[in-house]
Amino acid sequence: MAAASRISSLLSRSLASSTSSSLLSRGRIGGVGRSVVCGYTTTDAALEKPITPSVKVSCTKLLINGDYVDSASGKTFPTYDPRTGDVIAHVAEGDAEDVNRAVSAARKAFDQGPWPKMTAYERSRVLFKFADLIDQHTEELATLETWDNGKPYEQAAKVELPMISRLIRYYAGWADKIHGLTVPADSPHLVQTIHEPIGVAGQIIPWNFPLLMFAWKVAPALACGNTVVIKTAEQTPLSALYAAKLLHEAGIPAGVVNVVSGYGPTAGAALASHMQVDKLAFTGSTETGKIVLQLAAKSNLKPVTLELGGKSPFIVCKDADVDKAVELAHFALFFNQGQCCCAGSRTYVHESVYDEFLEKAKARALKRSVGDPFVAGIEQGPQIDSEQFEKIMKYIRSGVESGATLETGGERLGDKGYYIQPTVFSNVNENMLIAKDEIFGPVQSILKFKDIGEVIRRANMTSYGLAAGVFTQDIDTANTLTRALKVGTVWVNCYDVFDAAIPFGGYKMSGQGREKGIHCLSNYLQVKAVVTPLKDPAWI
Amino acid sequence: MAARRISSLLTCSLSASSSVSSSLLSSIGKSSGRYASVKRFSNAAALEDLVVPPVQISYTQHLIDGKFVDAASGKTFPTYDPRSGEVIARVAEGDAEDINRAVAAAREAFDEGPWPKMTPYERSRILLRFADLVEKHSEELAALETWNNGKPHEQATKSELPLLVRLFHYYAGWADKIHGLTVPADGPHHVQTLHEPIGVAGQIIPWNFPLLMFAWKVGPALACGNTIVLKTAEQTPLTALYVAKLFQEAGLPPGVLNVVSGYGPSAGAALASHMDVDKVAFTGSTDTGKIVLESAARSNLKPVTLELGGKSPFIVCEDADVDQAVELAHFALFFNQGQCCCAGSRTYVHERIYDEFIEKAKARALRRIVGDPFKNGVEQGPQIDTEQFEKVLRYIRSGKESKATLECGGDRLGTKGYFIQPTVFSNVTDDMLIAQDEIFGPVQSILKFKDIDEVIRRANTTRYGLAAGVFTKNIDTANTLTRALRVGTVWVNCFDVFDAAIPFGGYKMSGIGREKGIYSLHNYLQVKAVVTPLKNPAWL
Repeated sequence: MAAASRISSLLSRSLASSTSSSLLSRGRIGGVGRSVVCGYTTTDAALEKPITPSVKVSCTKLLINGDYVDSASGKTFPTYDPRTGDVIAHVAEGDAEDVNRAVSAARKAFDQGPWPKMTAYERSRVLFKFADLIDQHTEELATLETWDNGKPYEQAAKVELPMISRLIRYYAGWADKIHGLTVPADSPHLVQTIHEPIGVAGQIIPWNFPLLMFAWKVAPALACGNTVVIKTAEQTPLSALYAAKLLHEAGIPAGVVNVVSGYGPTAGAALASHMQVDKLAFTGSTETGKIVLQLAAKSNLKPVTLELGGKSPFIVCKDADVDKAVELAHFALFFNQGQCCCAGSRTYVHESVYDEFLEKAKARALKRSVGDPFVAGIEQGPQIDSEQFEKIMKYIRSGVESGATLETGGERLGDKGYYIQPTVFSNVNENMLIAKDEIFGPVQSILKFKDIGEVIRRANMTSYGLAAGVFTQDIDTANTLTRALKVGTVWVNCYDVFDAAIPFGGYKMSGQGREKGIHCLSNYLQVKAVVTPLKDPAWI
Repeated sequence: MAARRISSLLTCSLSASSSVSSSLLSSIGKSSGRYASVKRFSNAAALEDLVVPPVQISYTQHLIDGKFVDAASGKTFPTYDPRSGEVIARVAEGDAEDINRAVAAAREAFDEGPWPKMTPYERSRILLRFADLVEKHSEELAALETWNNGKPHEQATKSELPLLVRLFHYYAGWADKIHGLTVPADGPHHVQTLHEPIGVAGQIIPWNFPLLMFAWKVGPALACGNTIVLKTAEQTPLTALYVAKLFQEAGLPPGVLNVVSGYGPSAGAALASHMDVDKVAFTGSTDTGKIVLESAARSNLKPVTLELGGKSPFIVCEDADVDQAVELAHFALFFNQGQCCCAGSRTYVHERIYDEFIEKAKARALRRIVGDPFKNGVEQGPQIDTEQFEKVLRYIRSGKESKATLECGGDRLGTKGYFIQPTVFSNVTDDMLIAQDEIFGPVQSILKFKDIDEVIRRANTTRYGLAAGVFTKNIDTANTLTRALRVGTVWVNCFDVFDAAIPFGGYKMSGIGREKGIYSLHNYLQVKAVVTPLKNPAWL
């Protein structure tokens, strides 16, 4: 259970025994051989006949005040299967009026209760029950997630779903441990701080990890006693609607969690600028994050947490075991089709191991199995939609035009859906767009460096500061890099370890605030100082 | 020690003397022995003959990189004596270019050191030495503060300067106690969090407590290892320059603290939107706070702390001792010429004691001693400037026009400077402007209420949420109100207790974040998670 909860657990375990095919080894653990799928160039046939998902889409309406309802306008929008571009379902399309209705339900559930007036223990019981129901419904949820998002089913079922129930249990455990402080006074006063729920939390989540982001947002907010209006990404509305149903089965009172499907400029903007929303948490692009924060500033100054883009360096030092470093760097970039805000998208390799690294990184990318994400053993499914697909292809062209060496990949795969070949560029430098912008796709950029001082400077030369990978056996190098890198997470000799207790978030333009761990609680709490004079105190 | 709290003189006298209704007068007067020489506000003769401030103005240039320098443009602006409206001095006027230079100095002092590379203990020693120097120069500083701001000199000397020193001692003590966490992992990983300085902090402070606001901002930022560009209010540039000089004497390296005088739309805006500033803290009006946050959002997403306006309720319950409640409510509103963001500016009085309260509140206001703030025993000096003066008088007219009952005051006092009579309105209702807007002047608005639920609802019907006063002997009433009021500070049977360890800040549109106490540290720290795999761990 515990081991399965970490995205990289399969990887790191396999690193200890075998090296360069760890994600493939997941296929073995799943009981399905690697024979079904081979390297990416031979999978075109597998893309022709997509597997029919074994789940019915039952929840497509907005969830407001405990009921599934049509949108106020009656409008719907299509959500697609990224394997084919075919419509999966039509989903109620939320707009300002739907957000209004959801906010007033959340407002009522907060102001009149019952949610913040229940004991913290009762709230934790609901969350524990919810986690159990997630575990019971892992198959349906993982299937929906893969169908709507295109991520490998094994990844969804064996890694992400267990992480979700684990995170919910983590915050369920926090619910009755939110302590205020008694505060030393300078005079005869009793001073205490009360940590109160902040109120109605507006939450806007992205499409790359729809359920996981739902959990990161909803669990701490609920544990702290808040009510929620969550807007899902228009690309992936399905799994959150299903999970919210389970939350109601677990006993969450009506109005405490409201789910609105819809687009950013309409539903998202209405939520960010709503005068009755007390807090906003957003995960998405830096550009949109800036708009969200401006809307909050212009409306009611609701505090905002932002988890935004990244261009995270992955630094392979000269003392690194090249095989392990190659595998980890590959994983850091290609995981989830490269659609991770913390993707290790600038692979800095020390000049003394550069050539060997390059050769092996290329070989590893060539071995990556791309195909129908429902097929066991598949490491990479399609990109999320045609917009992202086109954007990535544009960056690949830009890499070629700017004189980087295309080592492998660079083309789409098949002629249906949004598959892209695992792509590796070498001889990349910092002036190139592919080394500056967030590509959000399976495109690895490899850069050469000479010494630590130089790589620190280059790694920090970005407006982003989300994460970094450091690969070295030398404790001094590890400590120097760890302190010097201006990023919210440093993974030393590992990557994408996402335990519930580890805070995640960005320096610089990668965001504000931290999610997960104890640090996330403060996003959903207000601090109230209470002061009373003491008469004849025994001590001060 | 007792003198370190703004309200200490008040509360001491409340418990000791039986003549409760003149505590500020009696205790201040008695301790100085000269209170009899000043009469109540209707006698304006004392305003004609102003005391010459016993201090020289030595610092009027910007402090950038350890040196006092002229503005890049060579421009200066006048700063005034609020007692007379006469110019005290001309001060270098900072604009975008001066901010650029100050940020570059702060950037270098942060990126190259020495500040963040010194040990926390060395940093704490410098803060402690600074506090000692402030103590030594209390007289000059208090005189300068009163001259530039108009606040009673005794208040500056006996309350504010000791508070300033105490706050620096407090944060000096934090410098070497900023612990990260080691974090329980879900697998064989060693997880730790580092709490790092955030970088260059931009700080914009107001004119109502120039030195105290300097301390609230600079103390925690320096303790956490950051460097600073501080912009003072254009009304009160003098004292911050003086103490910044003391900081250099205490051994603060050049560039660590830079002080730029100037206006909000030029220097302030340049700081808030600067791409090399990593954090902004602002204290001022809600309207300006929104602009500051938008500037941060549009530029580099620097995190912002805001301490903004208020319309804080002061609730006198039916079981209250009326005499004590009158005195405390008077203090809560009139302190510092009513120029406090947390002023108790909506005095809610239970209907059963309403008539008695009005009569006594009026009598107390009539006894309030207004005059030259350099004279001992004076409780109230002039408002800060002509703009604020006109604004306050406009609100007084608005109160009359909206049919509130003017119990006393309502006019200017004397013919020179910005003195206003202590003004009391009764029969105020929630829909009047004087009950909705922040007046920031000596105007008390008294409202009647019937029961607790009603007063909770009415007290919370405001966009502000900074503070509240609760006056009751009943523990259930106190607990109910304490939880229900949506404000950052609840003072129960006291007001304006500002101990260093008590967090201060707003709910709703009164701000984002907390200052003072342990909470202010978060404003100046980034959290970095560091994760490493464990080989054969003895335990997990």
